[in-house]
Amino acid sequence: MSRTIEPDLVRHIAKLSRIELSEEQLATFGRQLADILEYFDKLAELDTANVEPLVHAVEIHNVLAEDTPRPSLAPDAALANAPHRDGDFFMVPKVIGDSQ
Amino acid sequence: MNDLSDLSALELRNAIAGGTVSAVQAVKAYLEAIARREPAIGAYNEVLAERAMEQAAALDHKRQNSQPLGPLGGVPVAIKDNLCTPYGRTTCASKMLANFQAPYTATAVARLEAAGAIVLGKTNMDEFAMGSSTENSGFRPTANPWDTSRVPGGSSGGSAAAVSARLCAAALGSDTGGSIRQPAAFCGVVGMKPTYGRVSRFGLVAYGSSLDQIGPVTQDVADCALLLGAIAGGDPADSTCLDRPAGDYLTELERPVEHLRVGLPREFFSQALDAEIASSIRQAAEVYQSLGATIVDVSLPHSRIDVDGGGKVSSYAVACYYIVAMAEASSNLARYDGVHYGHRTARNVEDIVDLYCKTREEGFGAEVKRRVMLGTYALSSGYYDAYYLKALRVRRLIKNDFDAAFGHCDLLLCPVAPTTAFRLGEKTADPLTMYLEDIYTISVNLAGLPGLSIPAGLSKAGLPIGMQLIGPVFSEDLLLRAGRMYEKSSGMSRLRPKMATT
Repeated sequence: MSRTIEPDLVRHIAKLSRIELSEEQLATFGRQLADILEYFDKLAELDTANVEPLVHAVEIHNVLAEDTPRPSLAPDAALANAPHRDGDFFMVPKVIGDSQ
Repeated sequence: MNDLSDLSALELRNAIAGGTVSAVQAVKAYLEAIARREPAIGAYNEVLAERAMEQAAALDHKRQNSQPLGPLGGVPVAIKDNLCTPYGRTTCASKMLANFQAPYTATAVARLEAAGAIVLGKTNMDEFAMGSSTENSGFRPTANPWDTSRVPGGSSGGSAAAVSARLCAAALGSDTGGSIRQPAAFCGVVGMKPTYGRVSRFGLVAYGSSLDQIGPVTQDVADCALLLGAIAGGDPADSTCLDRPAGDYLTELERPVEHLRVGLPREFFSQALDAEIASSIRQAAEVYQSLGATIVDVSLPHSRIDVDGGGKVSSYAVACYYIVAMAEASSNLARYDGVHYGHRTARNVEDIVDLYCKTREEGFGAEVKRRVMLGTYALSSGYYDAYYLKALRVRRLIKNDFDAAFGHCDLLLCPVAPTTAFRLGEKTADPLTMYLEDIYTISVNLAGLPGLSIPAGLSKAGLPIGMQLIGPVFSEDLLLRAGRMYEKSSGMSRLRPKMATT
């Protein structure tokens, strides 16, 4: 298993996935992801031109519920696990500058 | 009574209802078993001793007042740690959720408790249910009670090990690609993945939402029927859960299935299968034959297992499954952002994206990262059609094969896993080798079918071998009755590892 994915591509996938990777992980994942993707290529052997995609094995459509108001989580319960909160708000660092 | 952990969940329920045993005695017996045996196994992430004792005392009080105790009245159960409980923590065995306290109860857990079950604790698992050995737990691995140098299987390894070592009377697990059935096989217990939509997924931490199902892990088939009856049925909180009432799976359990046609999928008996397991499955087929069943040769071409000249194993179903599961995982796990709940990096961050990236780097283990990244890749612009859409098309071919097979038989009999329990550390270096553990179980999730894993014997090395029964959608009653037929006739029931007798 000598195939590997270029570090730049691994870095790109990691960025899309919002996961920071160390240089060491970049190399390991480059090899492992290449092996797995090569394995996935097996599906190309199958002709699926006339096969409809199947998203859910048990195909259910339009499950409708009565529009009845019900109590939802109280703000304190919803915020109870927040790593950083201010009153009824989740606190985050500045958002401006997010290029993607 | 010397050891209450000799009793099945059903027997224990009957003993408590009959007044020969109290719920407090039952919980105490299991807490003592945990004190003795849990250090060698590591099945639990958290034992909720105090709460369990309180619940037991409350239940005994109910009995003194002649109130009904429910079909699981006083039965101590263990819950996989990806099922939300407002008591204790719900960690998914991830550093990301190490301190997470869920604000609500999973429907399946609430139903078990409403039926009188007492939750003893939360069980270890592969992180976010991603794995086949429980070695991907962010905390520590769990040992197999039959040989503590071996894995219990996964991802519901904690639940299977806990039932096997009698550290609980029964347990709940979840199964996305075999995560109940394979550890059940490795630990010599019974495990069922119900039909997709049979059990509500509300409160199950999502991994692959079109594949995930919650199911029982038990000492025998009757207990499986008992637990399934308690947790199944429609739930307004999960729109994918079908509004069909649970069957009374126990009532008909002892009635053998007449004119049963058992299909053997020929593709599952390739050279990838361990010879001892192949022979156990063929012996099981003979048992069915001796009980009047007809054995039918069937084909599942798209679940075929290929072995090339170099011994490399490949399968369309494995490729299809991992693309679908990883794509769904990448979307489901986007919620772990260090903002709403769970781990948040303590490092300095430049902006919010940096916060996400550092938080996820620290909180997720290697396998979770791999799956999220591959899933993201498979869904990304330019690759969506080649990977994700292609996998969904193959998924239909896999499902069509099962539909065709069920035109010739009532259920399928096949292996659960290609090997018996392997050694801790044996497969951790190469993720692909680990994925191949699932070759006999994943098709069932892709097709949404119910699958039952039951003990079919012990290998020469003394390790449990499991067999799998697969049926059409909503055929749980048939699977359980057929499973019971085999269990009764083979005597392969209530297997107990030596360590669980001390």
